[in-house]
Amino acid sequence: MKITVNDLERAVNSGLTTSIKKSEINLEQLFIDVDIENLSSVILFLKTNEKCKFKQLIDITAVDYPKYEKRFKVIYLFLSHENNLRIIVNVSINESTLVPSLTKIFPSANWMEREVFDMYGISFKDHPDLRRILTDYGFEGHPLRKDFPLTGHTEVRYSEDKKKVVSEPVKLDQEYRDFDFESPWEGTKYISEENNKLKDKNK
Amino acid sequence: MTKQTKTMNLNFGPQHPAAHGVLRLILELDGEIVEKIDPHIGLLHRGTEKLIEHKTYIQAIPYFDRLDYVAPMNQEHAYALAIEKLLKIEVPIRGQYIRVLFCEIGRILSHLLNITTQALDVGALTPSLWGFEERETLMTFYERVSGSRLHANYFRPGGVHKDLPRGLSEDILEFCKNFPKVLDNLETLLTDNRIFKQRNVNIGIVTKQEALEHSFSGVMLRGSGVSWDLRKSQPYECYNDFNFKIPIGLNGDCYDRYLCRMEEMRISNEIIKECIKRMPPGPVKSIDGKFTPPKKKDLKNSMEALIHHFKLFSEGFRVPEGEIYTSVEAPKGEFGVYLISDGSNKPYKCKIRAPGFSHLQAMDYLLKGHMLADVPAVLGSLDIVFGEVDR
Repeated sequence: MKITVNDLERAVNSGLTTSIKKSEINLEQLFIDVDIENLSSVILFLKTNEKCKFKQLIDITAVDYPKYEKRFKVIYLFLSHENNLRIIVNVSINESTLVPSLTKIFPSANWMEREVFDMYGISFKDHPDLRRILTDYGFEGHPLRKDFPLTGHTEVRYSEDKKKVVSEPVKLDQEYRDFDFESPWEGTKYISEENNKLKDKNK
Repeated sequence: MTKQTKTMNLNFGPQHPAAHGVLRLILELDGEIVEKIDPHIGLLHRGTEKLIEHKTYIQAIPYFDRLDYVAPMNQEHAYALAIEKLLKIEVPIRGQYIRVLFCEIGRILSHLLNITTQALDVGALTPSLWGFEERETLMTFYERVSGSRLHANYFRPGGVHKDLPRGLSEDILEFCKNFPKVLDNLETLLTDNRIFKQRNVNIGIVTKQEALEHSFSGVMLRGSGVSWDLRKSQPYECYNDFNFKIPIGLNGDCYDRYLCRMEEMRISNEIIKECIKRMPPGPVKSIDGKFTPPKKKDLKNSMEALIHHFKLFSEGFRVPEGEIYTSVEAPKGEFGVYLISDGSNKPYKCKIRAPGFSHLQAMDYLLKGHMLADVPAVLGSLDIVFGEVDR
């Protein structure tokens, strides 16, 4: 029998009851929100339960929402070959929260967690080898955070004097241009700001 | 008295002809036996995901060509599908056929490169000379349709950039007619070749269970006997209309993966033929002017078209808020895009799921206890391209 996304949502909700905060089907994908304490148990359930059988971890990633108190959302993508279904598990965390590592449940989580650590600076508890993975040796900062500038902080070049590659602060000949595509007809920001200035002057 | 053995550390790469790009492996060796492998990646990291966040949706397409630069259009495909799902727009049927056509050409391009370089790694020079000749022909098809051999930038949200130029489908059909012969010739060089078999049979064996646990996909999964192909199991585009078989391996070793790739090329060849035969006439991209640029000749006569053109190439279109994961069966495995839109004209986040990333991760587990000489053989059969691993 073919299990649909709706069946899966029901199965997950009845199996996990209070462990999940929210489940939602959007664009035929099932998203579930989980608290950090329940993460490992929920994922173990998803891997082993008869109706779920999510035996493959597809990817781990994160999103940065600097405005929220819980700044990061860690996203886990799973695939079940038997049921031909996918599920997306979301966990919202602070900058300082330690996320339990999934390396014991899925060995392939190792590099994926390293990548999240490298890009967002999220630390994982009980990870066997939490090093940077994609960025350069000795790199500082976490590039995919929204407050990290596109141009980065340092640039490297070969120094003829020192006979080695040196890293220096970025020097831009031209400021990075971020075009504002907001149409002046739609967003009246420019006009109202001008008007306010005029009004202030008149006062 | 016990014999004391000392392990030796060896640096493999980053500049090594068999490293398939810029891979640095730190090998811990006991004599010639590999004890531990620590791959250092990221030497080709260009920050694609960060760059995409700063570009409009259309401007981000060329970045996908530069991921797995051996089969560029397959990558564009996943990204285009993600945007289409968020926008809820349909691709005209001819557009879908053209996409399938070029995805399958991409598959042949990638497998040809992989098989021939794998052969090169284990000591056979001729296959690469023969294979690259065919790749050159295929790349001229890319060039004729998109203007460039490698970085095509041809797929668009809503369809493809342009219709096929006159005479192209006949030339592709002509190629398809001769291609099986080329594969037969390649097979005479490799399939029963004693040296090739000695280097590949029973090397780098992956069991079904392990393939799942290590997040393998594509040929790495099928080589181990899991019958799973996204074109079949979660059909996207018009793959439902095609009838094709999925080759699977029995032993999950390097040799089985080679055989799978060989067979997949033949199947792709059939799909291409079928595709051209059944290709209906009609538009190749969505006719909704809000998402696809208007025809050049309309620009002279229609104010509406002019406005659409201007808006598309300055602001771009806005994508409704939402999150989506789409994946395609790229030649190397499941290539996925996780796209988050905040309702503006630029993606809020675009995570690229590259198949090679998890394959390369398994190097340590695959090669523990193997000989040093098996390292390039296994690396070759993993089908690694650093554009996508490092992103």
